[in-house]
Amino acid sequence: MTVATVPLRILIGKVGLDGHDRGVKLIARALRDAGMEVIYTGLHQSPEQIVNTAIQEDVDAIGLSILSGAHNTLFRRVLELLSEQGAEDIVVFGGGIIPNEDVPALKEAGVKALFGPGTPLDDIVRFVKELRTSR
Amino acid sequence: MTRLDIHLDKRDRQVDLASMLAERVRQGEVRAVARLITLLERWEQEGRDTLRLLEGQGESSRAAIIGVTGYPGAGKSTIIDQLVTAYRRLGQRVGVLAVDMTSPFTGGALLGDRIRMQQHALDPGVFIRSLATRGHHGGLASVTGEAVSVLEAAGYDVILVETVGVGQGELEIATVAPTVVAVVAPGLGDEVQAMKAGLLEVAQIIVVNRGDHPEADRTLRELREWHRTVLKITATTGQGIPELIAAIAEQQRLRDLEAAPTRAAP
Repeated sequence: MTVATVPLRILIGKVGLDGHDRGVKLIARALRDAGMEVIYTGLHQSPEQIVNTAIQEDVDAIGLSILSGAHNTLFRRVLELLSEQGAEDIVVFGGGIIPNEDVPALKEAGVKALFGPGTPLDDIVRFVKELRTSR
Repeated sequence: MTRLDIHLDKRDRQVDLASMLAERVRQGEVRAVARLITLLERWEQEGRDTLRLLEGQGESSRAAIIGVTGYPGAGKSTIIDQLVTAYRRLGQRVGVLAVDMTSPFTGGALLGDRIRMQQHALDPGVFIRSLATRGHHGGLASVTGEAVSVLEAAGYDVILVETVGVGQGELEIATVAPTVVAVVAPGLGDEVQAMKAGLLEVAQIIVVNRGDHPEADRTLRELREWHRTVLKITATTGQGIPELIAAIAEQQRLRDLEAAPTRAAP
C-alpha cells in the first residue's frame, strides 16, 4: 500500500450533555463513504474521553458536534488537553449551533473549521480531504 | 559526501528513530504505542525496524491473548467491555484491538466497536485501538498480529482482540490468539449451523449471549452436544462474566500444561 492510499483517520463524536446525534451520524457516514476511517465514539463524551480516544486511535482529526450551547467551553477544553499531551498536530473541527459571533474566537483558539446548519456535506468532506496535504 | 554516505546516514537516522520509539513503547507511553501501530499499518520501514527491536528483546511476554469472535450483533463489543472491567478489577492492564470492515466499495470504514467501551477511555490501564480490515480477509486487519506484539511490548497483561462480525470463513483469529471465545446469540440458526465447519471449530469457549432470552437455554443445550465448553451470559448486565473469566483461565492453564515438557515415565 502506498502512502497516497492510506486512509485518513477521523474521530467523530459528541461532547457534553447533548443527545442530538442525527447530524453527527450523517457526517460520520459521509466521511466513511469518502474513503475515510471514522472512529465514532457516540454521545455524551467528556473532552478528556475524546482526547484520550484520539490519541489511542492516532487520528488525523477530531470532528465534534455541539448543539448544546457549551461550544466555547468544550472546544477550548479539547484543545487545551491536546496541547497538554503534546498532540497539537491533531486538527480539531466542528459543527452545530454556533453563533457567528463566537466563531472568530474559537478559530483563534485553534478550531480549524466550524460548519453551521445547512452546510453541504461535500464541503465538509472536501475540508477533511484537504487535511492530508496541509498536515 | 558520496551518495552511499548519504544513504547510510539516512539509514542511521532511521535506526535512531526506531530505537527511540521502541524505548517509548517499552515505557508504555500511549502516544508511542498508538503511533507504532499506525506506522505498521502503513507498512513503513520505521515501524518494522521498531517492531524488530521490540521483538528482539528476548524475554517472552506473559500476556494472555484472547480472541473474541462471532456473528455480527451477537454482543462481542459488550462482552469485551465487561471483560475489561473484570480484568481491571483483578489489577491487570488491558489492551483491546477492535477490528471492523473496510468497505470494498469506498475504502472507508466506520469503526464503532469502542462506543460500547468508552467508559474505559479515562482509565490509564486500558488501551483501545480500532483497526479497519483495509482489504484483508479472514476477519482481522493484516496488522493485527503485529499490533498484539506492540501491546505485549508495552506491558499489557491481557490483550483482547475483537474480530469483524464473522460467519464461517473468517477464522484467522485462531492464528493470533491462543484462546478464542465465540459469541452466539439465541435464535440465530439451528443446530445444523453448529454442525457445519467454522466458528465452533476454532473456538475453545462458546458463549451464548443474551442469556435472558427465552430461547437461550435451548441454544445452550444444543451447542453442548457439539462443544465441551459452552457458557451462558448476559453481557448487558454482566451475568456470567466471572464464569467466562474462569473458563478462559482454565483453558490457558491447560494449554500451559500441554506446552510444558513432559517428564519421562518412571
